[in-house]
Amino acid sequence: MDSNEDAWKFSIMTSSQSAKVHGLLEQPIALSQFINEAPIGILVVDPELRVVLMNRALEALTGFVSSEVSGVPCCFVLRTNLCLDGCPVKNLTPQGGSICLESNILNKNREKIPVRVTTSALIGEKGRIVGYTKSVEDMRYLQKADGAGGRFSFGNLIGNSPEMQRVFRLLPAIAQTDSSVLITGQTGTGKDFVAEAIHNASQRSRSPFVKVNCGALPESLLESELFGHQKGAFTGAIENKPGRFRLAHNGTLYLTEIGDLPLNLQVKLLSFLDDQVIYPLGGSRGIHVDVRVIAATHRDLEGMTRQGRFREDLLFRLNVIRLQLPPLSQRGQDINMLIDHFLHHFNTRFRKKIKSLSPRARKILLEYSFPGNVRELRNIIEFAVNLSDGDTIRSEHLSTYLKTPIPVQVEAETNPPIEKKEIVLETSHNSLNLDWAHVEREMIMDALVKARGNRAKAAKLLGLGRSTLWRKMKNYLIVP
Amino acid sequence: MKRLLIPLKGDEIAPRFDLAPEVMIVTVTDDGEIAEQRLMVMAHASPESLCELILKEKVDVTVCCGIEEEFFQYLTWKKVRVIDSVVGSCERIVDCFRTGTLTPGTILR
Repeated sequence: MDSNEDAWKFSIMTSSQSAKVHGLLEQPIALSQFINEAPIGILVVDPELRVVLMNRALEALTGFVSSEVSGVPCCFVLRTNLCLDGCPVKNLTPQGGSICLESNILNKNREKIPVRVTTSALIGEKGRIVGYTKSVEDMRYLQKADGAGGRFSFGNLIGNSPEMQRVFRLLPAIAQTDSSVLITGQTGTGKDFVAEAIHNASQRSRSPFVKVNCGALPESLLESELFGHQKGAFTGAIENKPGRFRLAHNGTLYLTEIGDLPLNLQVKLLSFLDDQVIYPLGGSRGIHVDVRVIAATHRDLEGMTRQGRFREDLLFRLNVIRLQLPPLSQRGQDINMLIDHFLHHFNTRFRKKIKSLSPRARKILLEYSFPGNVRELRNIIEFAVNLSDGDTIRSEHLSTYLKTPIPVQVEAETNPPIEKKEIVLETSHNSLNLDWAHVEREMIMDALVKARGNRAKAAKLLGLGRSTLWRKMKNYLIVP
Repeated sequence: MKRLLIPLKGDEIAPRFDLAPEVMIVTVTDDGEIAEQRLMVMAHASPESLCELILKEKVDVTVCCGIEEEFFQYLTWKKVRVIDSVVGSCERIVDCFRTGTLTPGTILR
């Protein structure tokens, strides 16, 4: 090793991005080649602890791009609790060694992630410290593994209803495959949690889990965000951008609101699912990335396909594994379990000492339909905990709208018809195990009740034409 | 008139909202003048206490670096605007705010 010591010289160029390693191999090689493929986050800082370089895994973990934070003190990028309590760097000496500590970071996406940080000093030729490296290991997969296996939970999901038990049984098996997954379910049913739980239980758990909301960005930005761009690809593209696909290399890319993905990007996604190659904007060469895609939507993709708003071939490719999450209204006693869970959560958070809900308040909640599902229940409990000053949540601490029934007609107008159709279908399928004719008759009856006898609205809820509904009603002897 | 709160660590914004040892509360008039400026030391760093202080002090805007989603959502729900992922010294952040150029992710080197 001594004879090779001179060969181990990093020649840091003016830009950290173009830093090269000389003397190691036949030709100088880019430092980024070494560190970008590492499955853990790596950060290089100067003696003043300012960011010099970070690898792709750390970019995915922190949400920052290396070039935008170059020169920024590392405590504003990593944001570990150690940054405020006492940076371990102070305990490092030029004699070498490293310090490994468990900590947590707060990333740009406002997630608190448990990590293990290993800090080492970089010693220069004259024996002085010329910088530091920090290796950041995501510990979520370990914590999930510790907590996995509970009868009533999986990841952040809890539930005891047969519907959720079915989901919990499926999840470990889904995690072990590497196929694309399509998660469907109404808003607030926990699609994001399921996607993350699948990633954490999979063999990719040590690599990044990157989430993209396809509905949150305009089309032009979304393409660059997903597939990246080359410097000069368009006005304002002043530097290369790797894109979320590359950031998720070896990990999982979670595309939420996939139903909102514009048609031209659907083609690009389809092309990626075919050959695992992405083409950055302005780039001439394709880049191979190993990414598992999990998509989620609350929309009816089959219906959108019929309307020409979603590509059928993309649906087939995403639909390798389909996971339908039940709405809260179908989860029976889970509502009680979730009420107690959120009560405990917000008690701790707001330092309250609320013990329970009054019977009347609980009855109001149990009778409510929860169109916003678990998210809505969580918000209701948060609101009530804030309002309550005693040890019990009473009915007056609940939002007024819970105590005033909303007319069915208003509900039908505010919710997308497609989603309502899903509710009808799920109720029928899950509640009864009968032949199709019986199920269809029940669906029609259910829709007519919901639409208060208005056949046009019932047809819309079912996704049928008015005349088709009329014909079916005649067949099933449903008297108009 | 706007009341601005910045969690601090020394002269700079604190890297994390939940661990800030002190805060600066600045009142800025409609024409961008500083009407009042106060430094407060937190008895103990805690995001819950900080949220409580923000509501008690009737703060309109909180500028911070790292913040957890639940506290961001909570403050937003309480009608407090949160500008997060900001890096820089307190003085420069206040200047930026006065000129209306402070946005989430602003890095003032």
